[in-house]
Amino acid sequence: MATSSSDSTAGLASRLGGLALRRREASIFIAGCLLVIYFQITTDVFVSGANVSTLVQYAGATAVLAAGEVMVLICGELDLSIGMVYALSPFLMFYANEAGVPMALAIILALAGAGVVGLINGLVTTWLKLPSFVTTLGMLFLINGFTLVISGGFPVQPQAGEIFTAVMGGSATAMVIWAVLIAVILQFVLTRTRWGLHTIAIGGNLSGATEAGIKVKTLKIRNFMLCSMLAGFGGILDTFRIGSIDPLAGGNEIMFMAIASAVIGGTLLTGGVGTIIGALFGAIVLAILKDGFTLSGVSAYTFDMILGAAILVTMTINVHLNQLREKGRV
Amino acid sequence: MTMSTTQHSTTDNDLVRLEHVSKRFGPVEPLKDINLRVGHGEVLGLLGNNGAGKSTLMKILCGFHPASDGTMYFEGKPVNLRSVTHARQLGIDCVYQDLALVNELNVYHNMFLQREPVHGGPLGILNNKRMKADAERHLADMGVNIPSVDVEIAKLSGGQRQAIAVARSVYSNARLLLLDEPTAAMGAKEGAMILNVIKRLRERGDVSVIIIAHNYAQIFDVCDRINLLREGEIVFDRATSDTSVQELTDIVVNEYRAATEAEA
Repeated sequence: MATSSSDSTAGLASRLGGLALRRREASIFIAGCLLVIYFQITTDVFVSGANVSTLVQYAGATAVLAAGEVMVLICGELDLSIGMVYALSPFLMFYANEAGVPMALAIILALAGAGVVGLINGLVTTWLKLPSFVTTLGMLFLINGFTLVISGGFPVQPQAGEIFTAVMGGSATAMVIWAVLIAVILQFVLTRTRWGLHTIAIGGNLSGATEAGIKVKTLKIRNFMLCSMLAGFGGILDTFRIGSIDPLAGGNEIMFMAIASAVIGGTLLTGGVGTIIGALFGAIVLAILKDGFTLSGVSAYTFDMILGAAILVTMTINVHLNQLREKGRV
Repeated sequence: MTMSTTQHSTTDNDLVRLEHVSKRFGPVEPLKDINLRVGHGEVLGLLGNNGAGKSTLMKILCGFHPASDGTMYFEGKPVNLRSVTHARQLGIDCVYQDLALVNELNVYHNMFLQREPVHGGPLGILNNKRMKADAERHLADMGVNIPSVDVEIAKLSGGQRQAIAVARSVYSNARLLLLDEPTAAMGAKEGAMILNVIKRLRERGDVSVIIIAHNYAQIFDVCDRINLLREGEIVFDRATSDTSVQELTDIVVNEYRAATEAEA
């Protein structure tokens, strides 16, 4: 009896193991499940309503930023400016609203402003041929300075109705719905539409994609714009969650968390390969780690060490798994 | 050229014809006075030593280099190829196995890249079912054997990739395929798959092929006619049925001897 149950456990484990090897998203999903079990056992309060909403706080906006970043990474580029766009666009929304524009329209204007940042990133990268690392590094400082100048460095409080605030990220449920909805829609775009197919083709084989007649520059610009607009939207969601707009919010920390989410979720920095759902799981796993260690009483300093080690370990495994996948061994 | 046996008939039957085409890069003249023709549905083998000008000739035919002099005719009309894209619009397609395909995409997405059937609407939702069925049918027609059209290109062998690249060009309505050593660095079995695809094309008769190869046995197996290039000129032009591996070998051996004697 004991043998048969251990056999079936082993069978299940090997099936799960096989799945983890074949599906990019699966390995990070399994890691997340194991972490939840570990923290539930060690802290007792991990799986509770209050804690889940804390998790959502940590993961929500990061997942939205990561979704856009994945599209840029897949086409072989990188956007470092998302954290600053995250901080900028709530101010654009706030000032538009102050000037008498209704809040809903102010959000659309703020997203358009974020889109312009993406447009500039894309134009400079594709037409002036700067590496996107350099383009968006410059943009990072430029946007940060701009936000500090227009805000004078002081936080502001947006005024909006209770329901509006809840829908735009004030409630944890709304935050979950936004993050999941955006991830599902973008995963669909990535895997089921010409846009996604061509994005993968550009990152996988730039000259082949160009030869086939794909409009590489247009598509890259489009992905940069999408990425910036999602960064802006992430900033707006967090604005309504927190209730104030801080010019120093987000910044490089959320940018690195978003890129880390994408990378540990299975997206390659070299382009051609990536998954939005994986990035969503990546953001959740990072949130679980942060939250779990906080509950366990591990200090923030230690957390950064563990996060760094986790990225190194998962990426080492990922790189070698990919080599096996390509050789058709798994 | 005394030993030239070049005989170019200027019939309107030709799909492509080059007349007195030359190419200069500064002081270097890799192509001197090329007269070449390919008939509709004909498979032409291009032989020659390294540096004879084969690849330069291919690059002129596919629109990569403009010719320095001479005229190119496509279906009887003079054309001035502006770019690779322009050549491809006319139906002239150079097939590179590893340059054209996207390793991260599956076979049918590669087959239809940039010509994907969609369900309509602004999003461009892919009609995967149709692509899959069409790709399977088309590859079977061409005699390309792969385990499934669902697999990523990265998991296929060099021969399979080359065959898919050829099949894709044919499917995109190519009229003239340019193959630069399609069986290079391949095992016999892999090479045979490519040669079979070329034979199928020859039977169908709707696509012309120019193929550069070093293996005479393979050339004799698939080509209708053979051209030999030496120092930027075509010095030999015969139907495969009118010559033999021995004759070609003799020409090349004599050439080699002449060259080494001149050197001495």
